[in-house]
Amino acid sequence: MKAEALYFAIRNTKLLVGAGIILVLLGIGVIGPFFIDKPPTEYVGMQMQPPGGEFWLGTNTFGQDLWAQFVHGLRTTFLVGALGGGIAAVIGMVVGFLAGYKGGWIDEILNMLTNIVLVLPTLAVLFILNAYIGVRSAGMQALFIGLTQWPWAARSIRAQTFSLRGRDFVDLARLSGVGSGRIIMREIAPNMSSYLLLTFILLFGGSILIASSLDFIGLGPTDAVSLGLMLQQAHQWSAMHLGLWWWFVPPGAGITLIVGALYVANVGLDEVFNPKLREL
Amino acid sequence: MRRYFGRKLLIYGLTFFMAVTVNWLVPRLMPGDPVASMLARARVAQPEAQEALRVYYNNLFGFDLPWWQQYLNSWGSLFRGDFGISLWAFPTPVADLLTRAVPYSLALLIPSILLSWVVGNRLGALAARRKVLDNTVLPVSYVLTATPYLWLAALMAWGFGVVWGVFPVAGGYSFSMTPSFTWDFFVDLAWHWLLPFSSLFLVALGGWAIGMRNVIIYELESDYANYMSALGAPQKLIRRYAFRNAVLPQITGLALQLGVLVAGALVTEIVFSYPGLGSLILAAIQNKDFFLLQGAFLFIVLGVLIANFIIDVVYVIVDPRTRVGMAGAAA
Repeated sequence: MKAEALYFAIRNTKLLVGAGIILVLLGIGVIGPFFIDKPPTEYVGMQMQPPGGEFWLGTNTFGQDLWAQFVHGLRTTFLVGALGGGIAAVIGMVVGFLAGYKGGWIDEILNMLTNIVLVLPTLAVLFILNAYIGVRSAGMQALFIGLTQWPWAARSIRAQTFSLRGRDFVDLARLSGVGSGRIIMREIAPNMSSYLLLTFILLFGGSILIASSLDFIGLGPTDAVSLGLMLQQAHQWSAMHLGLWWWFVPPGAGITLIVGALYVANVGLDEVFNPKLREL
Repeated sequence: MRRYFGRKLLIYGLTFFMAVTVNWLVPRLMPGDPVASMLARARVAQPEAQEALRVYYNNLFGFDLPWWQQYLNSWGSLFRGDFGISLWAFPTPVADLLTRAVPYSLALLIPSILLSWVVGNRLGALAARRKVLDNTVLPVSYVLTATPYLWLAALMAWGFGVVWGVFPVAGGYSFSMTPSFTWDFFVDLAWHWLLPFSSLFLVALGGWAIGMRNVIIYELESDYANYMSALGAPQKLIRRYAFRNAVLPQITGLALQLGVLVAGALVTEIVFSYPGLGSLILAAIQNKDFFLLQGAFLFIVLGVLIANFIIDVVYVIVDPRTRVGMAGAAA
């Protein structure tokens, strides 16, 4: 099974292209900051320099190095995406597994909760939480995003669990006296592991997009630079009107590339795991 | 059908209840004395405004009352349509500011949501199982759906507004105009509306096209489609049936996407300084105007709930199975 998945994985162009883009950007975000000795917010050079030899992405109206900001921003963006997506995936799994496997009144309550959080416009909730509580680290932002992003994941995991719980092997495990927790971990989760991975990837991308909106509206982390914050500053200091395209084009392109690559890799992975979708 | 609507309304009611409760609770979770810190953070210039606000806040929060009475009072003022007074635009009531902004937001949201949904569905249905079209529509759709709303808006504002100089990049209408029911004003309004609308429309379009394409492919493989083609029915007819079935999950998808679309509209408005709710929220955050922020939050929640309900009604009209209480009515 593993070997088969690998066989199709290395032959799937979508997966290779998507994963390739993500790895390159992740590499820049992880390794890049070690080659930049000054903090990204330091005033290092002439103001409003277009991209060139010394400053690869030019400088902004304050003379800050935009390449340094971009590299550090990539790191924060990946961090927020992974953390936010991870938290949402964990909550979604706990709620989905419990509701789907236990059924009955537990399912009723969890399903109701899921539906309520599902219709709440998450960004508006995040405005209120971020503005009042005002904790502005990237980790805290990711936590809030994770806490609001899980409902659709919980819903689809619940449906999958529901269809698995009536299978013979689950009945067998139950008859031999295995506890619910173990059945979920050992029998049900492994049978939908590919699906869980796909869910996490989608939550990852979604968290990055939400984080960029929060940053842009002025509720981003205050102790870090992120791609969304670069966009926010570019807008606040009218980069568009001054024609400083190198200030707002690269960070937005970075976000689009990461999220787009995640989605395309997701489709590729789906084809790898699901024989029906393979193009032979 | 009664059960279906009853369940939906229960969920919406609970959601609204929860939103109001969160709205009431979060300020009280703030460390320290909320009134003092709000006044300290608020950028109010006039000293008389400062004093008026202090009295107003203390009355409003009513901290000397027991908590349950504070909570009930907040419901009471909500039903009276009293959202408090804005700090940023002191002494305008928050409700006035919001009702003035809502038409602009709706003028962006409703056409862009409906049009992107209709066009995206058509595009996705056309692309499904057609090699050449699929290979162009699908990649473009993935790029569009991965684009942050605010970035496409910024690119369009820069490209069409600054570089090309054809479209205005800020405001709901020209500063030289006063709102009136004249043709000139209407044209000006539409001219300012076009760019924010287009950027919202384009980003939303991608997601619908991808969704429709995937569902249509699934439908074209189903038993009824195979049976019809075995009978020799023309492809066109089979596709039409597949489309009608595929529209149903897309309607559900529309309800699920509402929050994301509203969020996209808010940031797009900020990019274009469009005088809707988004710009109000930005002003509220920058000026620490918490009443305005909370009012905007409740307005958005209420709007999304109403839209959800409308979609539920449409679903019942479109899908006969929900009317006779058969499948498809999953809450």
